Amino acid sequence: METGLGPVVSRRSVLLSTAAFLIATSSRRTTAKTISGVLPWEPNGGNPPVAAKLGPWEFFTAEEGRAMEALADRIIPPDPQTPGGKDSGSAVFVDRQLAGGYGAQEGLYVRPPFITGAKNQGTQSEGGPRKEYREGLAALDRACQAREGGKRFADLPDDRKDQVLKDLEEGNLKLEGVDGKSFFALTIKDVQTGFFADPIYGGNRDMAAWKMIGYPGARYNYLDWVGRHNERFPLPPVSMTGRAEWTSNNSGAR
Amino acid sequence: MDFEQLWSPVMARILPKKDVVIIGLGWTGAVMAQELTDEGLDVIAIERGPWRDAPTDFPPSQMQDELRYRVRHELFLRPDQLTFTFRNKVDQQALPIRNWGAFMPPNGVGGGGVHWNAEMWRFLPSDFVLKTHLTQRYGADFLPSDMTIQDWGITYDELEPHYDRFEYLCGTSGTAGNLRGKIMEGGNPFEGPRSRDYPTKAQPQPFSHTLFGKAARELGYKPFPQPSGNLSTAYTNPLGLRMGPCTYCGFCEWFGCSNYSKASPQTTILPVLVRKSNFTARDNSEVVKINTDRSGKHATGVTFVDSSGEAWEQPADLVILSAFSLFNAQLMLHSGIGQPYDPATGEGRIGRNFTHQTTSSVNGFFDHTKFNFNPFIGSGSIGMCIDEFNGDNFDHGPHGFVGGGYVGQVQTGARPIESALTPPGTPKWGTGWKNAVRDNYLSTVKPGTGVHGSFYAYRDIYLDLDPLYKDRFSRPLMRMTIDIKENEAKQNRFLTDKFAEIIKAMGAASLAKTYRTAPYDSTTYQTTHLNGGVIMGADPKTSAVNRYLQSWDVSNLFVLGASAFPQNAGYNPTLTVGALAYWAADAIRNQYLTKPGPLVDA
Repeated sequence: METGLGPVVSRRSVLLSTAAFLIATSSRRTTAKTISGVLPWEPNGGNPPVAAKLGPWEFFTAEEGRAMEALADRIIPPDPQTPGGKDSGSAVFVDRQLAGGYGAQEGLYVRPPFITGAKNQGTQSEGGPRKEYREGLAALDRACQAREGGKRFADLPDDRKDQVLKDLEEGNLKLEGVDGKSFFALTIKDVQTGFFADPIYGGNRDMAAWKMIGYPGARYNYLDWVGRHNERFPLPPVSMTGRAEWTSNNSGAR
Repeated sequence: MDFEQLWSPVMARILPKKDVVIIGLGWTGAVMAQELTDEGLDVIAIERGPWRDAPTDFPPSQMQDELRYRVRHELFLRPDQLTFTFRNKVDQQALPIRNWGAFMPPNGVGGGGVHWNAEMWRFLPSDFVLKTHLTQRYGADFLPSDMTIQDWGITYDELEPHYDRFEYLCGTSGTAGNLRGKIMEGGNPFEGPRSRDYPTKAQPQPFSHTLFGKAARELGYKPFPQPSGNLSTAYTNPLGLRMGPCTYCGFCEWFGCSNYSKASPQTTILPVLVRKSNFTARDNSEVVKINTDRSGKHATGVTFVDSSGEAWEQPADLVILSAFSLFNAQLMLHSGIGQPYDPATGEGRIGRNFTHQTTSSVNGFFDHTKFNFNPFIGSGSIGMCIDEFNGDNFDHGPHGFVGGGYVGQVQTGARPIESALTPPGTPKWGTGWKNAVRDNYLSTVKPGTGVHGSFYAYRDIYLDLDPLYKDRFSRPLMRMTIDIKENEAKQNRFLTDKFAEIIKAMGAASLAKTYRTAPYDSTTYQTTHLNGGVIMGADPKTSAVNRYLQSWDVSNLFVLGASAFPQNAGYNPTLTVGALAYWAADAIRNQYLTKPGPLVDA
């Protein structure tokens, strides 16, 4: 049973913040309701994850995308058994995350003032990850061009790329207007997150990371296995959209 | 227009009066609603977040999504709706917590009961009389001079029947260690006496847990299975609700259980409660103020704002504040009920004795050619623990600190984003990192909590209203002033070293040991066991609510939850929170309703 209750005071600021919140969190009902008598169960009321779409960059420019793929492939280099960050889709993952709620700082507290505090007080940045990537990737390319014979990061040979990243990590390479050490730490975190997240979000293509480590994915039931000790779980991983061989057209991002 | 004008009762449309209004429909709100509707009262519960249930919010086809629920916090309160400011010291500028780190507050029907790990610990008998106990055993001078620990105003024996009720509501799986005073083999020999056995047997243990148990026994400890609200077997609770056996999918904490195997308001109370004709819930509606009459000593109801920004007044005879601990303290401050605590004078009731939990962990890296833990198999509270170093279970005299905690291997499910760990010294990226991740994932022991220590209260760790930052309703954010004191740092170093000895004895090739140290860090997850601010006690000068959780200032207001803890013990809080809710409900049903007014003379 629902009770419609009419408006009494209209507060534009509250309405606006509430509207943003509705869009941000889910496609489910987020308007106030009165509930009594029965559970408010709705058929097909679930809120499935939004799959990353195949296709062009959504946030990165072509040049940024190239730099991001090069970064992803040095953070997670390819080897004969397992693809690297680029071919497993980590750069695509970061792009789709930046284009979406993560990039927009959805749900986060972004009211001023922005005061620099102690590190243990957390990020106090107005721009968020979109600004950090936009400025960080540009500054990385500028630093490489200045130091590595006019070449952008993506155009360097692998050993020079690794040297640049090592210098960034150790604070020996300063980026103009950007905290290079923090920016590299952010890219490591995001690239590795994409590598291990469900493939529906664009990274971990063909569950490459899960196969590499032996994680069976979204399997849900290990009742028969909790008591089997020191024995390798024999089944291959599955993702939220199943496995490639289960469907002819292989729905979901890959 | 300031906040007071904005939400004054004049601006709000007045709804028909109810007998009881409940603020927050989590664990304690659901317990209280169930009890008071049984009494025949007309009850409305007002919940800030959405209604949540397995088919709509965490069905099996969607729930095993570490990115969405753990990393991006989908089931939690979002900071743009409400957050806190944080600082370590009273003379420091507090800054807003813009994204969750040290803790993740709940939101929505079911509260933290939706996405908890479901550890079901009782506190020790000595925890309830802590000040008296420690002073008698060690002398008052043994305690740090700024420590403000207090007795609770109730005893373990008084709470025991209510512990029992909450355990049976939840179907708790465990092995009794003290049955009516008799120490039982295989259980926790340090626990207080329980009136009967657990409703269901302990969960079976995966490989790393049996290794931990063996190593602990060989070191002279008495390991036992962690009591769990994820059930070992099918169970029908006293309300007639049925739960299924846990499938060990490894998605408990941060996630909702799709399988009706984890105790939550959804699985243990709500399907019965919602069918009662004298119960109504209202979701996506945030209570912004508890209203009082001109005397300030009688609550008249609450004002809430719904999702379209409209304000409503809900009058009621009895107000139950049962939000998450921090929000209880915040709403008391926003409502002007009870004198705010002032650390300079040590006076005031609201905001005092704010505490957290002193946690740390030790990860063990084993030879991958010999060990395979299948670490993805787990449940939030499956575990093997020891309690030798909790509370005052050992002589603190030689160690120079008070308090303690349990330590244990709790394989909560190695979701790969958070659990692709590498041994100390491994590069953070590149081929070296990738190879180490590949070789270590299946053979790493990553305890869910590991070291779970107490957090005692101090004069300058407290809650008040921030002078600078505001929420979406232009209300001041609540300010947390909190740090790790020397006593807690010493306690943690002691416990972490003891824990590391056991992990080492399991056969680990290398250990990654991390102590909890000052300064308190708001950016890395610890637990969401935040306590105090509206504490219970026998003395109205040093507590906000009496032993029945009834406000000293407003006798028709009861404040439930961990906000009542005078300080935190070395256990997870939920079972004590649930038992206290039953205890308060019992006092309302059997004392308050026959003679409304203060149940304890101030």
